Amino acid sequence: MYGRIHSFQSLGTVDGPGVRFVVFLQGCNLRCAYCHNPDTWSLTAGAKFSLQTVLERIRRFKPYFGECGGVTVSGGEPLLQWEFVAELFKNLQEERIHTALDTSGTGNLKGANEVLKYTDLVLCDLKFSTAEEYNCYCRADMNKVLSFIKLTEKMQIPLWVRHVIVSGLNDNPARLQHIVKIANHFSNLQKLELLPFRKICSSKYEDLKIPFAFKDYEEFPDSKIDELYGAISLSPRDV
Amino acid sequence: MNYSEWNGFKDGCWKKAIDVRDFIQTNYTPYEGNEDFLAGPTERTQVLMKKLNHLFELEQESGGVLDIDTQTVSSLTNYQPGYLDKELEIIVGLQTDQPLKRGVNPFGGVNMTNQACEAYGYKLSQKVKDEFQYRTTHNDGVFRVYTDEIKAARRCGIITGLPDAYGRGRIIGDYRRVALYGIDRLVEEKKRDKKNLGCRDMDVDNIRCLEELYQQINFLNKLKEMAAMYGIDISRPAANAKEAVQWLYFGYLGAIKEQNGAAMSLGRVSTFLDIYFERDINNGILTEAQAQEIMDDFVIKLRMARHLRTPEYNELFAGDPLWITEAVGGIGEDGRPLVTKNSYRILHTLYNLGPSAEPNLTVLWSDKLPENFMRYVAKVSCDTAAIQYENDDIMRPQFGDDYAIACCVSAMRVGKDMQFFGARSNLPKLLLMSLNGGRDEISGEQVAPAQKPYEGEYLEYDKVLESMVFYRRWLARTYVNAMNIIHYMHDKYAYEKTQMALHDTDVHRFMAFGIAGLSVLADSLSAIKYAKVKVIRNEDGLITGFETTGQYPAYGNDDDRVDTIAQVQVKLFYDELKKHKTYRGAEHTLSILTITSNVVYGRKTGATPDGRGAGEPFAPGANPMHNREKNGALASLNSVAKISYDYCKDGVSNTFSIVPQALGHGDEDRINNLVSILRGYFKQNGQHLNVNVLNRETLIEAYENPEKHPNLTIRVSGYAVNFHKLSKLQQKEVIARTFHEVI
Repeated sequence: MYGRIHSFQSLGTVDGPGVRFVVFLQGCNLRCAYCHNPDTWSLTAGAKFSLQTVLERIRRFKPYFGECGGVTVSGGEPLLQWEFVAELFKNLQEERIHTALDTSGTGNLKGANEVLKYTDLVLCDLKFSTAEEYNCYCRADMNKVLSFIKLTEKMQIPLWVRHVIVSGLNDNPARLQHIVKIANHFSNLQKLELLPFRKICSSKYEDLKIPFAFKDYEEFPDSKIDELYGAISLSPRDV
Repeated sequence: MNYSEWNGFKDGCWKKAIDVRDFIQTNYTPYEGNEDFLAGPTERTQVLMKKLNHLFELEQESGGVLDIDTQTVSSLTNYQPGYLDKELEIIVGLQTDQPLKRGVNPFGGVNMTNQACEAYGYKLSQKVKDEFQYRTTHNDGVFRVYTDEIKAARRCGIITGLPDAYGRGRIIGDYRRVALYGIDRLVEEKKRDKKNLGCRDMDVDNIRCLEELYQQINFLNKLKEMAAMYGIDISRPAANAKEAVQWLYFGYLGAIKEQNGAAMSLGRVSTFLDIYFERDINNGILTEAQAQEIMDDFVIKLRMARHLRTPEYNELFAGDPLWITEAVGGIGEDGRPLVTKNSYRILHTLYNLGPSAEPNLTVLWSDKLPENFMRYVAKVSCDTAAIQYENDDIMRPQFGDDYAIACCVSAMRVGKDMQFFGARSNLPKLLLMSLNGGRDEISGEQVAPAQKPYEGEYLEYDKVLESMVFYRRWLARTYVNAMNIIHYMHDKYAYEKTQMALHDTDVHRFMAFGIAGLSVLADSLSAIKYAKVKVIRNEDGLITGFETTGQYPAYGNDDDRVDTIAQVQVKLFYDELKKHKTYRGAEHTLSILTITSNVVYGRKTGATPDGRGAGEPFAPGANPMHNREKNGALASLNSVAKISYDYCKDGVSNTFSIVPQALGHGDEDRINNLVSILRGYFKQNGQHLNVNVLNRETLIEAYENPEKHPNLTIRVSGYAVNFHKLSKLQQKEVIARTFHEVI
């Protein structure tokens, strides 16, 4: 079995708990306006790696995982390659390695169901609070996202909801309350993470000759993230 | 033997023989709690530190040297007592009669001293020149014997940084002995050793040893005299914590007055001193605030230690370091952690006095360290970028539980081992010289014996390896020969009397060789093996450049195809060195450590097949080359961890720089994640890790506007420096290095 992979990051500390090995899968079904990995969009770029090769690589980093670290599969959209991810996670769980799935939640539910059987944590983006915005900025169907999250709830898999903040677009606390409300609706929610919009990806867009839809938006300052957590009376940990 | 000063200490062999380790093991109290007990700086400490900071500023404004006493040769009793503030100081003693004033130490070489004075606008006095007119220095001795071949190897930079014109350093006196036993007892022991040796046949070794013992005894007495000049009698053991610190510091002070060795490390003193602190605190005669105040004052003294160096020296070892390395923590052979409250106190000086490059605080990491201590040191790293980590779990089996670190990464049993420091050889240059049949790729000079140069347009892996065999053998032999000459002469003309008096008479010696440019060599060979490398020759037929096409696996990505090349090259060189007999039967060891010489070495080395341009810096220590790591920080650590400590017992240095955001969101996550990283690296037998948690932007800002970050401390290969004490070129090199970031 093979997976099409964009890259590996041996030290991931911001995609799930602890120190994590992150596998970025190649290929995405969305075109989010603020995407920071446009190089993972194409379904044909990247390179094919066998399941065994990936497992071998991951094993080399076991000593770093400690009690809470592990592997995060991100992308791209990992659920586009759900067979590969399910098999990878199954093997990892057998080796007692913590598995986290970082997804937009828009993949097919049957595939998701297979992957979630072997998933210890789901990181799911809740990008917008209305179907219109989802469609406008991501070309995505919000209902699919909600159905996916419901599935994680049904399967009782711990959930972190993530939400990217863009200045002037969705940084007002009133709008943020909608997101909080939707997220809080799910009983398996452990954490709501606000991520600042970043533009270090600009050069990738230039290299790929793809227009960067949000190139005129400012980066969202780190310091203001804490203010936002305060405004919605939430700390990143205590949902 | 018993002294009233020992009241309250548990009995042990340490009373019968000089055995500091036994004293520690029978008397220390491990501490597994957290840092909440620590006390902040007292008002006195703050006043004193302010005064010192002002002097540091003046020193910087004066071009790096505040003052030089050009009239007096540095030694134990040659200066009147000096003080930073006589009324306020708890621990006393300066190298000269004024704070930060540097002495001259021409025993290594008069020319160097002369040049150093002139570099800062001074002139070595006629008086000192006259005194040395009929005296052979270490440097004189070495150059009387050096062969043309050694000189050529030195000149072209295939072997450089050799301690042939300055003090060799890397010797750690067991300064704790002064506190525990007092000078008189130490003299008595040495006299007995001398008497015993007198019964043996008088061969060269024995005669030399007897003369050394005479000198050791002589200087122990001078040490006593030096202390007496400050009104303190160290003939007897120290009676309380303050005295223990003072006695120990006098031992160290004597050493740095006598010797200007490159690295003058402190050893492993904090847990030893903790025994005295605990006794005083339990007896109700000392509070925590007072204990911290004594440690703060001690560290203030250490931060003032300085030597006079030449600009050339500063290129190799930038930032005015003395490597006052103090090893903190580790685990005892019985499994108890050697972490005490005083381990915390010495680290806490980084908060009480502000971050600093010296002393070079080194945490001996073990997977069995108390969790609280692991978290505390990780926090110190995140807050100050001033400490380094070394793997106790791989060093303890070799050196026991009372070793310390000399310089950056060199482990030695305190008072039992010493080393002959040997800088390093440039292995990328070895590769180029092998291709050019022994000629230097820059000057064209025939440095090594001539062999047929590499023929053909493209480099073939097997042929290249074959050509290296002859030159590796030549290099190893030349290197060992140079080292033997240097250390013979250093023993003869600049013997470390004070430091060796604080060692066992029957001392074990290491001869510490080194490698620079390992990652360049590994990547170059990988390029030859996996990509296509075309040679470019100049009109003289000399190979001066390469055209590399295609991809090759680069060291630093946890890729065995190239990591194995690095491992093999290290072993080949070590095996070759071991074939040659060393002076005084020293044990061969090897380090992969460059200090800041990776910049100079790079400058002296032509273009290499890995794509590195002529003159470009190497990566420091065993680090992968900048920006060739494609799989993130841990993959890079894994590559370095594969270099076997069995062949590199003198250390494998790795510097790890990461932006805070890449360690996680928030302090708590960052501390936890750094602990996980350290655990993982050391579990895989990595030996050393410098940890910098800072943003490249901060460095760029400090580069452009030095006044904005006057105290910025960063870790470079094996030590810490104040960023502003680096040359602009070195600063740029540090900025260019890989900073692991968030994707």
